[in-house]
Amino acid sequence: MAYPTDRKYTKEHEWIQVNGSSGTIGITDYAQQSLGDIVFVEAPKVGAELTAGKTFGTVESVKAVSDLFAPVSGTVTEVNEVLATSPENVNKDAHGSWIVKVTLKNPGEVDNLLSSADYEKFVAEEAGH
Amino acid sequence: MRYLPKSPSDREAMLKAMGLRSVDELFAPIPAEYRLSRDLKIPRQMAESEIVDFFRQRSRENGDGYTSFLGAGAYFHYRPVIIDSLISRGEFLTAYTPYQAEISQGTLQSIFEFQTMICELTGMEVANASMYDGSTAAAEGVMMAVRLTGRRSVVVARSLHPEYREVLATYAKHQGMPLSITGYSDDGRVNLKELEKSITPETACVLVQSPNFFGTIEDAAAIAEIAHKHGAMLVVSIAEAVSLGIVEPPREADVIAMEAQSFGVPLGFGGPYCGVIATREKYVRQMPGRLVGQTVDKQGKRGFVLTLATREQHIRREKATSNICTNQALVALMVNIFMTVYGKVGLKELAKQNLAKTAYAAGQFAKHGKVLFGGAPRFNEFVVQTSEDPYAINGRLLGHKMVGGLPLKKFYPELGNAALWCCTELTTRSAIDTAVGLVAESERSVRSAKEEVEEVAR
Amino acid sequence: MKHMTRKATRHVNQNEGLIFEKSSAGKAAWKLPPLDVPEVDTAKMLGASERKDLGEMPEVSEIEIIRHFTRLSTWNYAIDLGMYPLGSCTMKYNPRVNEAVARVEGIANGHPYQPEKISQGALHIIKTLSEQLIEITGMDAITLQPAAGAHGEMTGLLMVRAYHESKGNARKKILIPDSAHGTNPATAAMVNYAVENLKSDARGMVDIAALEAQMNEDVAALMLTNPNTLGVFEQQIHKIADILHAKGGLLYMDGANMNALVGKVRPGDFGVDVMHLNLHKTFSTPHGGGGPGSGPVAIKKVLEPFLPTPTLTVKSDGTLGFDYNRPQSVGRVRAFYGNFGMFVRALAYIQANGPDGLRQTTEDAVLNANYIRKGLEGTYDLPYSTPTMHEVVFKGVRTMDIAKRLIDYGFHPYTTAFPLIVPGALMIEPTESESKEEMDLFIEAMKSIAQEVEEDPQMVLAAPHSTRVSRLDETAAARKPVLRWKPAAAPPEK
Repeated sequence: MAYPTDRKYTKEHEWIQVNGSSGTIGITDYAQQSLGDIVFVEAPKVGAELTAGKTFGTVESVKAVSDLFAPVSGTVTEVNEVLATSPENVNKDAHGSWIVKVTLKNPGEVDNLLSSADYEKFVAEEAGH
Repeated sequence: MRYLPKSPSDREAMLKAMGLRSVDELFAPIPAEYRLSRDLKIPRQMAESEIVDFFRQRSRENGDGYTSFLGAGAYFHYRPVIIDSLISRGEFLTAYTPYQAEISQGTLQSIFEFQTMICELTGMEVANASMYDGSTAAAEGVMMAVRLTGRRSVVVARSLHPEYREVLATYAKHQGMPLSITGYSDDGRVNLKELEKSITPETACVLVQSPNFFGTIEDAAAIAEIAHKHGAMLVVSIAEAVSLGIVEPPREADVIAMEAQSFGVPLGFGGPYCGVIATREKYVRQMPGRLVGQTVDKQGKRGFVLTLATREQHIRREKATSNICTNQALVALMVNIFMTVYGKVGLKELAKQNLAKTAYAAGQFAKHGKVLFGGAPRFNEFVVQTSEDPYAINGRLLGHKMVGGLPLKKFYPELGNAALWCCTELTTRSAIDTAVGLVAESERSVRSAKEEVEEVAR
Repeated sequence: MKHMTRKATRHVNQNEGLIFEKSSAGKAAWKLPPLDVPEVDTAKMLGASERKDLGEMPEVSEIEIIRHFTRLSTWNYAIDLGMYPLGSCTMKYNPRVNEAVARVEGIANGHPYQPEKISQGALHIIKTLSEQLIEITGMDAITLQPAAGAHGEMTGLLMVRAYHESKGNARKKILIPDSAHGTNPATAAMVNYAVENLKSDARGMVDIAALEAQMNEDVAALMLTNPNTLGVFEQQIHKIADILHAKGGLLYMDGANMNALVGKVRPGDFGVDVMHLNLHKTFSTPHGGGGPGSGPVAIKKVLEPFLPTPTLTVKSDGTLGFDYNRPQSVGRVRAFYGNFGMFVRALAYIQANGPDGLRQTTEDAVLNANYIRKGLEGTYDLPYSTPTMHEVVFKGVRTMDIAKRLIDYGFHPYTTAFPLIVPGALMIEPTESESKEEMDLFIEAMKSIAQEVEEDPQMVLAAPHSTRVSRLDETAAARKPVLRWKPAAAPPEK
């Protein structure tokens, strides 16, 4: 699996695509694969404050719940409402199915995240266990 | 031991197959100092006939043959015979929770029907597969509102069953959920002015019961309007399910927490009963307890499964909506069969009979004593105030093999010599007349004693 | 199919729709007696509160209801049909005399608020069962009020909290082993305690060094299942209790696995301070497709002031009654007195067994589990070689699929994927209710499936093949939940 190079990644398997002071957040293809069929995405409301490294929602499969961890701190400006009725989109196209958009509080935090190549290496190691 | 399917030679053969001499070797991991070297001090094995005798004897010491006017959250209604015939089938009685859907379709489909009928009767969109009882369902309903609103305090009607209030207090105590109590008016309903004052911006929900503990039907629409105006939810507890046959359900509520015991569940000295929570579809992910959903198998055939399990403790552990695991499946099946037997028309006629008996009884009592809260409609319970202590009156009723209304002094001291009476379709006119006669006698003797005292004083 | 089972044969099975699909106006299964009081004008009496319509409630006849539920019942597996090897669930025989005595008139129809004077029979039952459970557990006092095991856990932890509060410090957390049931952490959260995980050692037991390191004055209690969920008896139990007690903590025992101990060893003797029992596991009350349960909580003397209200008491005139005046009580956890009907059944079970029967029951339960362990240990992997008591845990890769295939062999599956510390766990608890023949069939089936996994994995993956429905689409059920029946939309009017 190739991880798009136009974004950054977390070790908790979220991606963020930064455009100026705004960021778009989703989960990676590796994450959707290990979760299996996703049945529900619980996203925060517009206006919610995210803190880098803290949970901001959950993704559920039939028999598991995974927390979503914020790659950066910021304020939610938009929520992908489509996922409320079609959570399967995340399975079909994880890198195209964003969950929330945020205004970055501290753009410097992005530098702490993994590049596409580093994330790929990280995933390869994790899968090897 | 008659329940154990092994002969001594079976046990020997099994031990031999395992290379053991004695079963004691299997208990070797338990440190010797803790192993019990004596018999438990309990009575010797009893024959089946002795066990039956023991419980028949207990039954005779337990109000067998008494006519009762008690309700207050536990109601004596007729139970159609087929309920016990059907729930006694081993396939229902001795099955586990239906996690393995392919061999549990019977339980699953019956729960799906149960959920549907509870939705129809309550006017809600979704209902769960049952909770422990009405009191814990009310507490869980409140916790649901706390999660949904993100607020923590709760306004509770004083006319909610006093034991439900106690249970809620136990649940709320360590979850940082402050409770405040709101009183009732002269008509027995929630005092709306006081209610409006007790709601704050921190109020997650208002919890009321309808018909309430006094048997009075609340104005749920008015209460909902006040709660919603302040961004709080309305949780309504229904303890007398038969009322739903003739009383409009509180459709304005956000959560309904029910006790379905009236639907075919024996009084059984207080349990097991059948709680259930019903709510709006949009709140389903915050609802506690098991849920059955419809789906299809690989061939596209309709089937049912336990669903939305991620809310529950075995997956979410400390973050679950509740720690509830067991529900009341077999009791819910009794409720389901009862609802099916009476159905659309029978439930209404049954409720009407309850209404008629109660109206007659309240009318008769009013001729001799004071029937409180006449200003609002009631279902099958009413409060009678007497001159004499109701415990004393009940003592005399017992002599006539009758159990009078529940004295309210313990729960509502402000009502003085008051008792809560209940009539169902099983209460006969002659029983009502006898009870009324005994209460009238007590009133007359108190009155004449009083007149005598006044005479002497003069 | 190559490997056919000797236990089950295909059999005609009736189809049956939802009850609503049988409904038609005018059918009825009820008949009320004529009213002996004047009829009332409901509109006048209830005004705006009057209900006009009951919506989609069914209208069917009695024979249809009998057939409906009888047909549904035949789609269920049940203990009455055969072995139910669910680990940690203790699916034992449910004696029928229990059901008979629970239905004796005065017991079934007793009102919870009837005067104590005419409730002596019920109170006598509560007292007798309480005393016998206290003797069986080796504890000092008990409450029967909790409605189920998880409810008992909550009640137990409320008492733990009240105890610590009475000493001036409620403490902050509960230690829970990683092998614990999910209810344990969920319960701790409800009582506002933080949960701290305690890892198991290489033998599947509490890691004593880890416990010593983690135990401090912030820990209110350790919640321990013993035997634990691997079926292993915590051999260092007294050391565990000592470590807790030394720092003022309490030992809570989850009694889910009490079926391995009754009559052989008593938790009260090995340092437990508070524990719950599951009457629907150990004491044979029926599971009924998922309840009702009953979760009495037995305690040591130090916790007695905190018992839920009311408690049972012997009054000065020798009669039994309830004591509501308990200022230090944790309060009420349920209306009335608990699932009384389950007390009746549990007591009848203990009476039928007596001390020798209970001991033999425990021995047979442990014998059965070990017989299965022996029978399968060459075929399936044992993650821990530690001796087991009443249940055995294997591990495998296709546990869920093997479980589903077991259905075709006429058995209910074992517990899958639990405990969480064993990847792909197969958790098997036969209970004492199985004969040698039934277990031999089970072992044979498990071996046969192991072979099928090698020879024809696709067939196992698609199992079960003999049920009225095949594997159901749980994903679709969760994505777009259909939680109730709705009438088909009426065709558009012309």
